[in-house]
Amino acid sequence: MKKQATLIAIILVLCLVFSACGSTAATPAASDAGSSSSSAPAAAGSDAPAAKILTVQVGPNPETLDPALNSAVDGGNMLLHLDECLLTVDQNGAIAPGAAETWEVTDDGLTWTFHLRDGLKWSDGSDLKASDFVYSWQRVANPATAAPYADTVLWPVVNFNAVFDGEKDPSELGVSAPDDQTFVVELSAACPYFESLAAFATLSPVNPATVEANGDAWAVAPETYVSNGPFMITEWVPGSYILTMANPNYWNADAIKLDGIKWLLIEDSNASYSAYQTGEALFIKDVPTEEIPSLLGNSEFHVDPILGTYYLNLNCTVDLFKDANVRKALSLAIDREYVANTLMQGTYLPAYNFMGPGWADPAGGDFFENANNGETYISEDYEANLAEAKELMKAAGYNCDPENPDVQLTYSTNDSGYHKVVAEYLQQAWKELGIDVDVEIVEWASFTPMRRAGDYQAARNGWVGDYSDPSNMIELLYSSNGNNDGKYNNPDFDAAIDVSRSTMDVNERSKALHEAEDILMETAGCVPVAYYTDFYMQSAKITGMWHSAYGYWYFMFADIA
Amino acid sequence: MAKYIIKRLLLAVITVFVVATLTFFLMNAVPGGPYEAEKSISPTAKAALEAKFGLDQPLFKQYLTYLKNILHGDFGPSLKQRGRNVNDIIMTKFPVSAKIGGISVAVALIVGIPLGCISALNRGKASDSTIIVLATIGIAVPSFVVCSLSMYLFGVKLRWLPTVGLTTWKNYIMPVFALSFYPSAYITRLMRSSMLDVLGQDYMRTARAKGVSQFVSLFKHALRNAILPIVTYVGPMMAYTLTGSFIIEKVFTIPGLGGEFVSSIQNRDYMMIMGTTIFLATLMVFMTFIVDIVYKIIDPRINLK
Repeated sequence: MKKQATLIAIILVLCLVFSACGSTAATPAASDAGSSSSSAPAAAGSDAPAAKILTVQVGPNPETLDPALNSAVDGGNMLLHLDECLLTVDQNGAIAPGAAETWEVTDDGLTWTFHLRDGLKWSDGSDLKASDFVYSWQRVANPATAAPYADTVLWPVVNFNAVFDGEKDPSELGVSAPDDQTFVVELSAACPYFESLAAFATLSPVNPATVEANGDAWAVAPETYVSNGPFMITEWVPGSYILTMANPNYWNADAIKLDGIKWLLIEDSNASYSAYQTGEALFIKDVPTEEIPSLLGNSEFHVDPILGTYYLNLNCTVDLFKDANVRKALSLAIDREYVANTLMQGTYLPAYNFMGPGWADPAGGDFFENANNGETYISEDYEANLAEAKELMKAAGYNCDPENPDVQLTYSTNDSGYHKVVAEYLQQAWKELGIDVDVEIVEWASFTPMRRAGDYQAARNGWVGDYSDPSNMIELLYSSNGNNDGKYNNPDFDAAIDVSRSTMDVNERSKALHEAEDILMETAGCVPVAYYTDFYMQSAKITGMWHSAYGYWYFMFADIA
Repeated sequence: MAKYIIKRLLLAVITVFVVATLTFFLMNAVPGGPYEAEKSISPTAKAALEAKFGLDQPLFKQYLTYLKNILHGDFGPSLKQRGRNVNDIIMTKFPVSAKIGGISVAVALIVGIPLGCISALNRGKASDSTIIVLATIGIAVPSFVVCSLSMYLFGVKLRWLPTVGLTTWKNYIMPVFALSFYPSAYITRLMRSSMLDVLGQDYMRTARAKGVSQFVSLFKHALRNAILPIVTYVGPMMAYTLTGSFIIEKVFTIPGLGGEFVSSIQNRDYMMIMGTTIFLATLMVFMTFIVDIVYKIIDPRINLK
């Protein structure tokens, strides 16, 4: 027995030697890793002293932090803290001065003049001039930059289309800097919400010196990331974290209470939730849906509405959906209260209109409140809706018999969030109308092009507003819009949108936009299901931060109690 | 031997070339593209992007350009992580994965080989049964379960270990545990059966009959022969482990290369797909080559031709 024990001990020791030989191939690689791990303790060290650093999670590793190239919400959220546009959006959602202290527009709405603040500086201490804005805006319009949001933000600017199509030089874009503190924009068409565009992250100023010296790579290294916002990048470990420290050269640096913000780049919601529970993060955006029932009623769990609608596309080029009454019937057969509060666990709000709460009515007030004389378009009485839906189906010539379905339909969706649960619900709900629904789950990267091509019958869709002007969402249904995935084509609707685009009169514009939604909802051009919310965990220790209806969190003026 | 090495090198180049070609055309055959999103970008913006990265060229021309670039060691720019090159991404992320992977391989060998030997030497006894049960659990339980359970227990409930990132040595414990869980169990079983096989051989009986001590017979004769299947397994396993694990990196927020394999495909980041695939293929071919050489060293009877 004793002999055996010795033997085992010897085997163990020998195997250690053996395995050390076995893993020699790993040794060079492991020593390589030393360089990256040696920088890691340094990172831990930098927030170890008394520095007040807020650790948050708003998404995974951002694809880019170049304002011109960003098209993601999480990237946009970080950009708000790094770069400051001419204008900003304040805590109440109103336009506020940013890098520009004052601004004015001519009566025809075509010339906008922005007056920059005195003594603006870049994070490297150099002076920020109006010509830097000219450079930045031209860069967005330049096709060589390939900025995904270029036409969303610059379409009304003189010569934009010609520049973006490569027919004119970017220097011919209608922007100029008569002096170091004045920035002038010439529009080719009046844009009633141009202030919102001037506050849009894509149009943040970029530092010409660093961009010229480093090309697209300027925005990936802290040393070359020169910015003008309240915070500046000091460290970026892709896939791990981004450390941003207060920018001493920011004009309003005195209002910043934090020393820094550490953005954990967590992709998995369970991982971010663990980080929150252990106190490694004080704020997380990604909460696992399975935890929600246990979090309801917890004061640190927040559900805030954002400007966005989860809706369904019924492909209007498919024979079945050429009849508006059939589309309407399918819409009415959905119990939105059940979908939002039970299936989606209250993390969405039931949507009875296309345009949800929060959109700014051009004539003043909330677009949602003013729509349809204050009534929702779709009644909240589900039983009555279902009865009406059945009548509509029968009138359209279908059996409408759940036992003997006479309509075959394929519903396509990708599998994430609640999409699959909703699909299964629709299968059941539309069966009431005698429709036999097949659910087709498509991988994300294939799903969006398929839907865009109109290669489906019914599909899920969704939109979150970029700015609070209703045109940002309602124009999705315009016949020639690139995001009109339902191929909805209604001349009356298009005419109403055309009016809203051409008029500078806010009341007339408001009327036209409401009329467009009236037509859209009457003809069930798409099927709104639920309004998006952001649901997140926020520690009670954080004060002075807020959440905006665009789905952004503002940490810049926050403090840790 | 030199002839053998040259032959193997040539074969390796051909293998990697075939892998690259197949990947290139297969990934382009899958629907979707790098610039698809819920909010479509305008056709002009999309055209500008595609022109910038040469995606508007005919496929075969793109393929030739790509081949030309990789001959110069240039994997090109990432189509999604703007401003970053595939080379840079691999060079910053591979060391992270390789460190965790290297430690895990070592742990798996340190745990697996002795346990397998103990089990074989005590065949039928309680210690053998215990080890077999443990090894079976190790093989049956998927790594995401190990990750989540250890995260919940040691990270969230007991608060013994940090859950995010790789800042201190403590951060390595859970990922290494999760990553070495399966290979440890597999090596244990492999070692056990191969050891049993060797112990039953005539030459072992002869050795014992000649009065060779148990120590010498075990280490000089048995272990050396029994280790060969482990070497076969460890080679390719090392290539996979060093390049990172998608699940483990995701759960523990480790900035390794494993996540890039999966996300590049989901994002249709063609340059990243090609870069990571060629990198893994090269590593794989290299490891197999190393395994063959190690064979020769352990068992001189093997003739490399």
